[in-house]
Amino acid sequence: MSFNNLDQLYRSVIMDHYKNPRNKGEIEDGALTVDMNNPTCGDRIHLTLQVEDGIVKDAKFDGEGCSISMSSASMMTQLIKDKKVEEALELADIFSKMMLGEDFDDEKYDLGDVEALQGVAKFPARIKCATLAWKAMEKGVKEGE
Amino acid sequence: MNTTIRSYFPILDQEINGHPLVYLDSAATSQKPIQVIEALEKYYKFNNANVHRGVHTLGNRATDDYEGAREKVRKFINAASTQEVIFTRGTTTSINTIASGYGRQNIVEGDEIVITYMEHHSNIIPWQQLAKEKGAVLKYIDLEPDGTISLDTVRKVVTPKTKIVSVMMVSNVLGTINPVKEIAKIAHGNGAIMVVDGAQGVPHMKVDVQDLDCDFLAFSGHKMCGPTGIGVLYGKKAILENMEPVEFGGEMIDFVGLYESTWKELPWKFEGGTPIIAGAVGLGAAIDFLNEIGLDTIAAHEHQMARYAMDQMSTIDGLTIYGPKDEMKRCGLVTFNLDDVHPHDVATVLDMNGIAVRAGHHCAQPLMKWLEATATARASFYMYNSEEDIDALVKGLRVAKEYFNDVF
Repeated sequence: MSFNNLDQLYRSVIMDHYKNPRNKGEIEDGALTVDMNNPTCGDRIHLTLQVEDGIVKDAKFDGEGCSISMSSASMMTQLIKDKKVEEALELADIFSKMMLGEDFDDEKYDLGDVEALQGVAKFPARIKCATLAWKAMEKGVKEGE
Repeated sequence: MNTTIRSYFPILDQEINGHPLVYLDSAATSQKPIQVIEALEKYYKFNNANVHRGVHTLGNRATDDYEGAREKVRKFINAASTQEVIFTRGTTTSINTIASGYGRQNIVEGDEIVITYMEHHSNIIPWQQLAKEKGAVLKYIDLEPDGTISLDTVRKVVTPKTKIVSVMMVSNVLGTINPVKEIAKIAHGNGAIMVVDGAQGVPHMKVDVQDLDCDFLAFSGHKMCGPTGIGVLYGKKAILENMEPVEFGGEMIDFVGLYESTWKELPWKFEGGTPIIAGAVGLGAAIDFLNEIGLDTIAAHEHQMARYAMDQMSTIDGLTIYGPKDEMKRCGLVTFNLDDVHPHDVATVLDMNGIAVRAGHHCAQPLMKWLEATATARASFYMYNSEEDIDALVKGLRVAKEYFNDVF
């Protein structure tokens, strides 16, 4: 078979984030902490967020999971850093729409590497992998408010 | 044997993502032969009515169909009487019924309940809840390095304080066939009752409850060619007679007063509400189908498939197979991991090649911990699978390996 179908899902930028995750680890002091898992498949994320004056100053993650869930976490931490909390939440909403294959505002933000995850929408079984980190972030900042 | 058998399963004759479907997820749910699909259609087209109450002809037909299915189940597992065969929603409901019926009525503080590290969540959590409620102690039988159970370990863990021992007949992850008959002897020797989770056993090998001498046996219809939503709880009559129902309402009563009611006789006192009539009819047809092929033939085929799969998969570098390597100690499933490629990614690559496997923790998180794996992939076989299916799997795994090795 050709790799075309697979390439829709596994773009090189995704594999790069999986292999070389950005912001992997834990913020040690005074950070918001969220642990979330995907009970059907066993993926786990441990997300720490440092929020000051309504701005996400730092974000780090640790966890176990497939290439989609871990690369998505890596990309998310990159994207939300130095964003306002409401911007981060707005990005989570955009990401959710992207995964559901719905229209979203692609002008307002530069989504950077996250755009590479668009193909996941065509693999319904894998959407939950991609959204795990974002769900954890939403929970974290909402609890921190 | 497979080309004819395969032709009974219409679902298998299709392409998935441009490739012929290779269904290797029967341990999750089996496919349904045309005989079962037609039995359901016939029931709904000609015989549908509520049971045990109709004076009319359809009511009688539906009752005959439903109770006829019970007799088929009785014979299939060699229960002494149909009074010992209770229809439930599935294995999970069956085990919960034991825990909330027999368990709540008989377990007191300090009693022990013994299970194993390889159990499915459905044979863990009902006991956890019961132990918490009653202040009982939940104990685990550890596994041997090859994923089997040693009777010496069982003898050490089961004590005179043990009241319930509950063990799966076949592991849904390791494939291990457990010595439940011998474990039942140890349980009984200590005055405990023996519960057998037959979800992965009953579909694949001949089971005789009188020979096993288990007190309860739970299994599901959908893993043995039957429809979803129907399962069985077998219990010894003497135990069931003293056990209170856990669901109350219509169908299960004898006499209802304003403040007190009495129950129907066995097995109906455990079947509150309109029962799963069509499900039972479908299960009956599935049992006819399995009998026609023969459980011994199915078991032999699965041992052979397990051997072939393990041999072929072992030729792939970096592939780890879990569970016993002796095919006679296991059923027809192989759980594995491929290098550092996450099982979800493996399953997606296989799916793109038309091959359906399971990936995840298989509802057995304690066992995953024991295996030191966060997740695994599993290929499981049934009578309709062939060596060609395994060849396709091995080819698909090589594709996955090549694809992910390119990026790593």
